[in-house]
Formats: sequence, C-alpha cells, structure tokens
Amino acid sequence: MWKIVKQIAQTGTCSEAAPDIGEENALEASKIQRELLSILGQALSIREVDAGSCNGCELEINALGNPYYNLEGLGIKFVASPRHADMLLVTGPVSRNMETALRRTYEATPEPKLVVAVGDCACDGGIFGESYATCGRVANVIPVDEVVPGCPPPPLEILRGILKAVRRRVQ
Amino acid sequence: MQISELDLEFAVLNAPVPMGFAPVNAEQWLTIASVVHDEGGRLLALWAGAVAQAGAASPEPHDTACMCAAYVTLEGVFWIALPLAQRDGQWIYPDISDLFPAAIRMQRAAADLSGVHAQGAHDTRAWLNHGAWPADHHPLQHNAEQWPQRVPTALVNYPFVHVDGDGVHEIPVGPVHAGIIEPGHFRFSVVGEKVLRLEQRLGYTHKGVELRMTQLTPLQAVRLAGRVSGDSTVAYAWAYCMALESATQTTIPVRAAWLRAIMLERERVAAHLGDLGALGNDAAFAFGLAQFSRLREDWLRGSQKVWGHRLMMDGIVPGGVRVDIDRTQKDQLIQLCDAIEKEVRTLYDIYEAHAGLQDRFMTTGRVLPELASRLGLTGLAGRASSQVWDVRCDHPFVPYNQLQVKIATHHNGDVAARVSVRFDEVFESMRLIRRMLDALPAGDIACPVILSQEASRGAGWVEGWRGELFVALELAGAEENHRILHCHLHDPSWQNWPVLEHAIMGNIVPDFPLINKSFNLSYSGQDL
Repeated sequence: MWKIVKQIAQTGTCSEAAPDIGEENALEASKIQRELLSILGQALSIREVDAGSCNGCELEINALGNPYYNLEGLGIKFVASPRHADMLLVTGPVSRNMETALRRTYEATPEPKLVVAVGDCACDGGIFGESYATCGRVANVIPVDEVVPGCPPPPLEILRGILKAVRRRVQ
Repeated sequence: MQISELDLEFAVLNAPVPMGFAPVNAEQWLTIASVVHDEGGRLLALWAGAVAQAGAASPEPHDTACMCAAYVTLEGVFWIALPLAQRDGQWIYPDISDLFPAAIRMQRAAADLSGVHAQGAHDTRAWLNHGAWPADHHPLQHNAEQWPQRVPTALVNYPFVHVDGDGVHEIPVGPVHAGIIEPGHFRFSVVGEKVLRLEQRLGYTHKGVELRMTQLTPLQAVRLAGRVSGDSTVAYAWAYCMALESATQTTIPVRAAWLRAIMLERERVAAHLGDLGALGNDAAFAFGLAQFSRLREDWLRGSQKVWGHRLMMDGIVPGGVRVDIDRTQKDQLIQLCDAIEKEVRTLYDIYEAHAGLQDRFMTTGRVLPELASRLGLTGLAGRASSQVWDVRCDHPFVPYNQLQVKIATHHNGDVAARVSVRFDEVFESMRLIRRMLDALPAGDIACPVILSQEASRGAGWVEGWRGELFVALELAGAEENHRILHCHLHDPSWQNWPVLEHAIMGNIVPDFPLINKSFNLSYSGQDL
C-alpha cells in the first residue's frame, strides 16, 4: 500500500489544460459547457462505435481517458449503452457486416443526438474505400454532425472534434 | 529446404528468415500436414491463393483455383500451393482440421471469399459473409469492380451451437461492445455465473482487404498492410515489405533493418504498456490503468517526436524506412527508455505484491500447455502456456542475430502468466532498444525496389507483439503491370481466438473481460 501511495504522490496530477479550440477563449469554452448542460441537462455522454476500423482510432480514443487528456475531468464520459448517450463517436469505414448494427445503435440513441465520425476512414472511406465489404464513410449510413480527419487523429484532434460538434449544435 | 520423410524440394525464398515454396498435389497436401503435425510443427496460415494465368481481369469466374498453406517447423516456414480443378461445379481440397483445429475458421473464410471447400470438414457455416453479399458470390474470384448491387440487408440467422440442460441460459454480447473496443459477437451459455460454453462470431470488421490489395500497386500496398490491425502497424508493414523484398530479390541496407527493429520493439512496448494498465483496471485496480496509460502516452509522444506519428504508421517503406534517427533523437529515445523502465519496475513490484490483483489473475482463464499445443496457441499467449516459439529467437536475422533475444515464457497459462510474460517482454524490449540505439550501424536507410520482369512470389514472417505475422505475396510480371495477384496477410489472432473459447470454460462471466484482455486479440486483423 505504501508503494502505491508513494507512486501516486510522485506522479502528481499530469492533466493538461483542455485544448484551445481555435479562436475560442476559455470564457467561451465555459459558455459551451453551460449551454451544453442546459440542452442536455447533464454532462456529455458518449457511446463509441467501431463500425469496421483497423483499431488505430480506438487506441487514440482510449488515450483520451489517460491522465493527460483526462476526459472525465471535463465532464465527458464514455457510456456502455447508446441509450445513455448524447453522442456517438464512430470509427472505421462502415463494413457491410456492421451496417445494421450501426443503424440500430443510432436509432437507440435518444434525441438530441450528435454523431462525430473519427478518422480518415470514417470521413471518406479512407484507404479501404467502398467495396463489396464496406459501405465507405459513416455519412453513407447515418447522419454525421462533425468529422475528425487523421489516420488515426491524435487524441487532441478528437477532443477538438467533440467540442466542435457540441458547439455547432448549441449555436 | 526440405521436410524430413518427404520427397519434395522447396524453392528457397530470398528472405532474411528461412522460407520455402513448393507446389503439391492432394496426396502431398495431406502427407505434409501429418508429417508436420507428428514432428511438433504448427500451421501458420491457410488461404486460397492466386492461380497462375488466371484471368482475374476477365468478368467470368475462372475454372481453376488454388489452396495454400504455410507450416512452421524448426527449419522455418514451408509454403505449399495446391492447384484445384472444378469438379461438379465445386473446388474441393482435403480437410486438415483434424490435425490442426486452427484450420477450421481459415477454411470457412476461404470458402466465403474464394468458393473453395474442404472436403469432409465438419463445420461449413459461413464465417466472413454475414449475408452482406450473396452466398454464391466469391469476391476473390471476381474482378474488383464486379460486386453485386446492394441487396436489402436481410439478417442471416446464424446457427449457434446450443447447450441444453437445467438452468442453462444464453447471454448474447455484441457486436457493439460496452467498451472502446472492436466489434464482435460472443454467445455465452451459462449456469448462474459459470460459463459452460462460449461461441464467438467474428467477421464484423471484414473490409475486403485481400481484394483491395489487388487494386493497389506493390509499392502503394504497404499503406494498406499497415492498416490491417492498427496496433500492429509496424509489424504488418515490415512483414509486407519483407514479402515484397523477397519477391524482388532486394536486400535492404543494414541500418534500415536496425531502424525497423527499433520501431518493432517500440510497438511491442507500447502495446504491453496499454494492456498491463487495462488488465489492472479489469481487476478493479484503476491505479494500474492511470499509471500505465500515462506511461504509454509518454512513450507515444516519444514516437511522435522522432517519427512524426504516434503509432509510427507508414514509417516502414519498401526497401527500408522513411525516417532516420539523429544523435539528439537517439539520446532522447534512450532517456525515455530509462525513465519508463524505472517506473515499470516500480509498477511490477506493486502488481506482484497486490493480493487482490493476484487473486483475480492467478488460475483465471487457464490454458494448459497440452491444450495450447493441440490448438496451436501462438505468440505471447502461447509463450505463457509453454509454447516456446519466437521468430526473433528461433531464426534471428539482422539485427536480432547480434542481440541474443531472451525469450519470455511461462508454464501456468493463466492471466497471471500472460501478465508476467508481458512484463518480461517490456524489460527485454527496453534492453534491445537501448542496445540497438547504441550500436546503430551507419549507412543508407532505404534502397530502391525494382519489380521483376517475371511473375514472382515472396513471403514475410515477423514476430509482432501479439505473435507471428505472415504475409504471402504473389506478383504478376511486367506484361501485367506488376500487379498484385494475391496478398494474404495472416494475423496470430486466427490461431488464438478459438483458444479463448476454451480459456473461459468453467470461469465466471465477470472474469471474461480480464481473460479477453490478457489475450488482447485483433478483430480487424483476422476479419480482414
């Protein structure tokens, strides 16, 4: 136990400040948070859906939970069911085998819902394109509010995309 | 190269690891399987390959096909190809799943993609085709542009095996999982909390990679190879490049080989750091996740600084590597190794001494060595069950031939053993990275790859962090624009997924995430 406490004390808090979202200043960010709360009535809950990715995007979305990005510290959390979610974070070119599952996940998410397509494949089909096995970009299957390009996009870009989608909706 | 007791000469492929190729007939197909089995060898991969002179460009399906297998013995990899002729409208080849159970799913996948059938196979259910394309359409037998127009997605009822008995019920999970992981379906048959049987249904991330490969040029295709499984991007890119370089008789500069190995070992460390944290978390030890995910982030930022990409994607190119390391970066990378290794050692002591954690790890998800050997468990999970195979040690090539890699093994085969192997591999990789950075030879970092005039074939075999990856590549000659006739990319998950069905038996449902994470298998890598 002593070792654990020592390690915790030595590590300290390594969270970095939330990213500067372009021209927005800190005041605006908290305004977004307030507006977000008033619209959703709660902190932002996200359901991640891998619709056929190579798992590269999942690695970076997972990294959002590490102490540097500290997503939960921003009042944003990943939930286990689409029924608890305000936002779907979708990765991959949508494989035909996942098409129905993605549609159903979207239908199960309550209004008002946001969809952010994460990664080049989700944005435009990426290197996999459209074929007998994939439907290509996420927007070919469900409506998308925001896209985050990159292969895979680094955690900071994903965080920016999430905030951008929320901001667009509250405006 | 030869397999003893067998009168068959294998053409040696020009690669840093011993690999040979030979065409066979149906009788030899079976003989080789049983000889390799009796000698304690393993099935590495099984796929439907390209057929010489096959007009893949012609709109009509051709009337020949080809079945390929790759076996590993102590001597190296033996790739055999069995040409098939159509009989009664079907391509048939002998089933080998009695000898190598891992072949079952590979045979089912080959049937879906290429319409070739294993004669006498017990399980002939579709594997990759969930009803998204007609059952009589075989993507790899057709021109890439020729896929059937969208049929309304009628969900196909998949005949899971049912378990009957007093109080037995089923728990279906997925394909959309509760965490941030890839999609797949698990069907648990349980009594109370106890798991009697688990049946997996995968294929949800099937993206038609093998067909897509044939649409890219051999030099471009490395990008796609690096995206078969994102967590193994370095290993896949290397295995693909090794296959291309062996097909084109290219010898890469020594410095390039060393830089590739540095990247491969860094990828191994990154994966283990992530998994060791997640394993702590799945045993309700959130401290472990916080600490290890912090270290993993530091590690990835180190990669970003040097390679310009956190996962080092597209860092390996045909003929060498894209990025060189200068003196300052070398020092930075060594410092990072020192700093992180020190912390991992602290965490190792904490994991070892934590009674609650050890209680969840010990004897959970056990795969005994005998079962592991019978089912062909490979890679990291295999080594935790006494399957002492590691390409880096068995057939050391540049630079591993100068490093004396220490193989990490364990015999308990439980979650604790797989955790222990991961820790050992992290420490060993740290040593290798430091050694390689210290002794990095001077020279070029890439050389041109000249595609051959004639049709050619090559193979790549690399020990990724999850296990051995194999790439088989068949190229057309100059008159057909050097196009890729076929490229099969094989992930060790093919072998290991079925073993997970056994590892969970008799355990309780809440231990499944823990057991699953201790294997951490790829969905995308095997759905292709």
